[in-house]
Amino acid sequence: MTTDNRDDNAPAEWDSGLPKGRRIGGIVWSLLFLLVPVLGVATFIVAPWFDHWLPKDISVHGRDIDGLFYFILALTGVVFVATEMLLFWFMWKYDAAAVRGPAKYIHGSHTLEVVWTIIPAATMLFLGIYQMNTWADVKMRRPRIAPSAEVVARQFEWRIRYPGRDGTLGTPDDLFVVNDLHVPLDEDFLVQLKSMDVLHSFFLPNLRVKHDAVPGMKQPVWFRATEAGTYDIVCAEVCGWGHYKMKGRVTVESRADFEEWLAGVEARQEATQRGPEDAPPAAED
Amino acid sequence: MSTVTPADAPVRTGPPAHDAHHGEGTSLSTFLSTYVFSKDHKVIGLQFLFSTLVWFLIGGLLALAVRWQVAWPWSDVPVLGKLFAQQGGQMAPEFYTMLFTMHATVMIFLVIIPILAGAFGNFLIPLMIGADDMAFPTLNMLSYWFMWPAFICFGASFFVEGGAAAGGWTSYPPLSTNPQSAPGSGMGQTLWLLGLTMVGVSSMLGSVNYMTTIILMRAPGMTMFRLPMTIWAMFITAILQAFALPVLTAAGFMQLMDRSLGTGFFTPEGLVVNNSINGAGGGQPLLWQHLFWFYSHPAVYIMILPAMGMVSDILTTFARKPLFGYRPMVYSVAGIAGLGFIVWGHHMFVSGMNPALGITFMVATMMIALPSAVKTFNWLGTIWGGRIHFTAAMLFALSFVSMFIIGGLSGIFMAATPVDIFIHDTYFIVAHFHYVLFAGTAMGVWAGIYYWFPKMFGRTMNEFWGKVHFFLTFIFLNGTFFTMHILGAVGFPRRLADAYHYETFHHLQPLNAFMTWCAIGMVASQIIFAVNFFWSMFYGPVAGRNPWNANTLEWTAPSPPGHGNFDFQPVVYRGPYEFSVPGCEKDHLMQTDPPHPAEVAAAAAAHAHA
Repeated sequence: MTTDNRDDNAPAEWDSGLPKGRRIGGIVWSLLFLLVPVLGVATFIVAPWFDHWLPKDISVHGRDIDGLFYFILALTGVVFVATEMLLFWFMWKYDAAAVRGPAKYIHGSHTLEVVWTIIPAATMLFLGIYQMNTWADVKMRRPRIAPSAEVVARQFEWRIRYPGRDGTLGTPDDLFVVNDLHVPLDEDFLVQLKSMDVLHSFFLPNLRVKHDAVPGMKQPVWFRATEAGTYDIVCAEVCGWGHYKMKGRVTVESRADFEEWLAGVEARQEATQRGPEDAPPAAED
Repeated sequence: MSTVTPADAPVRTGPPAHDAHHGEGTSLSTFLSTYVFSKDHKVIGLQFLFSTLVWFLIGGLLALAVRWQVAWPWSDVPVLGKLFAQQGGQMAPEFYTMLFTMHATVMIFLVIIPILAGAFGNFLIPLMIGADDMAFPTLNMLSYWFMWPAFICFGASFFVEGGAAAGGWTSYPPLSTNPQSAPGSGMGQTLWLLGLTMVGVSSMLGSVNYMTTIILMRAPGMTMFRLPMTIWAMFITAILQAFALPVLTAAGFMQLMDRSLGTGFFTPEGLVVNNSINGAGGGQPLLWQHLFWFYSHPAVYIMILPAMGMVSDILTTFARKPLFGYRPMVYSVAGIAGLGFIVWGHHMFVSGMNPALGITFMVATMMIALPSAVKTFNWLGTIWGGRIHFTAAMLFALSFVSMFIIGGLSGIFMAATPVDIFIHDTYFIVAHFHYVLFAGTAMGVWAGIYYWFPKMFGRTMNEFWGKVHFFLTFIFLNGTFFTMHILGAVGFPRRLADAYHYETFHHLQPLNAFMTWCAIGMVASQIIFAVNFFWSMFYGPVAGRNPWNANTLEWTAPSPPGHGNFDFQPVVYRGPYEFSVPGCEKDHLMQTDPPHPAEVAAAAAAHAHA
């Protein structure tokens, strides 16, 4: 027997005794795992081309939120690609069918443990502190204005109340509409959010606003729209069988258009309330 | 081939005494006490395994029905549509809300938690620590039998008036507390709460048993820091269960009282829902969310830590290499568990909770990424420089690592409070938890099944079909779940029976159809697993005691182990991962192998090096 033959046939002391499998197996499996970062990144690159991406942002806060989203996407993207590539590379290289020596007998590395604890810790701490200001802007630093409108969620509609001419909610000149929120352009808009029955969530995708409407609570929600148009209001908290159709629209328009629309609402409401003979049934039912 | 009993280990006195317990009585009562009301941890473990696999199938079919509606809303449901035809085969919206509620409920409470703790925990803990059974065998039996009232409650709830619970698996009040608020909030919700309580009782019985067993019944020489990662994970999971569960149980009873006795823990004063007043009022809906997530966030870790432990063990066996950073791995499991108690509020960033409190929870949540990162790096370190054997079990374990990276990283998006405002309750979170729970835990469970199947049934599963099963599952799961990130980026909300009438979402139907086809493929691939599982149980190649040449104690016992597990008294001399010790004549030193000069030399060299 030649030395070469013995290498292949006689089990070395480090042979596991398990079938090693063929090299092609290791290649196929590691390439399959390589697909994860390749297709993963490709998905995120292709999706925006087909408009499968963040809906158009028309708010001031949205810019910060989207910026943070992209920042985290870049950060996690780098870590994702790096770790998945390592996994692929180790699978490729340390296939038992390809390795010609024993496995490394090593129980760990104190230095590495310290490094890969401190780096993520510092990164996450930075991320945590970095975003606080945006969070405070969106949820804590309420504009010092009277509520611009009250939104009351109920199964399965958004009841909207404007303060009317006196600028105060809860007075006789309040104006009522359903599912049709109008917002003046480039102005802080403060919503007083309530729920009549169960939980709902007031979700304006284009304004990057989401807040749960909780029965028994009166909550402030604010935003500033920067682009005219009509956009969706979505209920984002399951509220019963009709949850999917609890749809509203938010119209962003110039101050003048907004005033005009409000005047129209007032005129219709006045006409309804002052003409008992031809009054349509009350909106309550 | 396989390792035999160490020659110098003290032989256990007395026979394994399998029949001694059941000597008298009819064959029926013997059958009942052996296979049905058994107190043997292995039989109980297998009972859990079979029951949870059946529910896994049911949960999977529920998921397919959900996917059908999301992809092709209001179109006739094939096959299943005839079963619960409501509107001529078309799905009613309240039926859809019930489907996603029960899909999550079944998968979480009847599959993942019981398959990890109940099936693997029961089967593995005594075997891996060298005990002959659990500390409290009767309690152990009860922990399985308390699952049956839960099975019956959840199962029966589909057939009561109004159908099963439909308020989401989180059961937020007042939707869940007011029977008039939705069809599923009637009897279905009551049964849901009762079922949940029973699952809790079962988990609690298991939990105290596992803790006691691991603390008190380890074999001689098995110190805590010689325990395999699987056991560490099970131990810490049991602690999590013991401390978190009482809160959920109490909250469940509070909701039950709100519903049936007219109390008002969770409903505000004078709340009218659908023209009905329910309860006294004076409560707060957010209280439920706090109590629910105080349990259910730790439960997220209950649902992944054991899988992490199992994957750690499987990676070392098939990389033929010691676990990289054993102690950091143990500490990071403990760290995840500890931090797991103070992050529940990250489910409530936009719930109306004080936004200042949100910042606290955000920072704690960011910190929980740390131990997760440490674990991932250590897994990579474990296969680095190894000799990797691509068995089906190893492939599932490697995919656990690959997929957990995705699930872990996507969590950072939600942890960032401002980003969470936009992606909260969208498909982004659905993608995240499916990557953790399906692509993570379920892959870990399959790794565990392929790995420990020889110990459970004395036969090996078919490797070729195991790999086919892996390949298809891996492809289809990514097709189904990775694309959900994209839906989430658009803001596509979860739990909507039909979102295409929204301008923002109307163009997403083709992507959803693609995902549904992948989901169908994923469920269909499990047929391969089911056939392989049952065929191998009876006709698979007979496995010796140690088919993988692994190190831990269960591989010194017969396959399958008899009553009492070991036919000798195991004595432990080393940690669980002594693979490829230089100078040793074989590439693995089992925990029971007597001290070897090579490892003494290796330890001395390592010490000198450090």
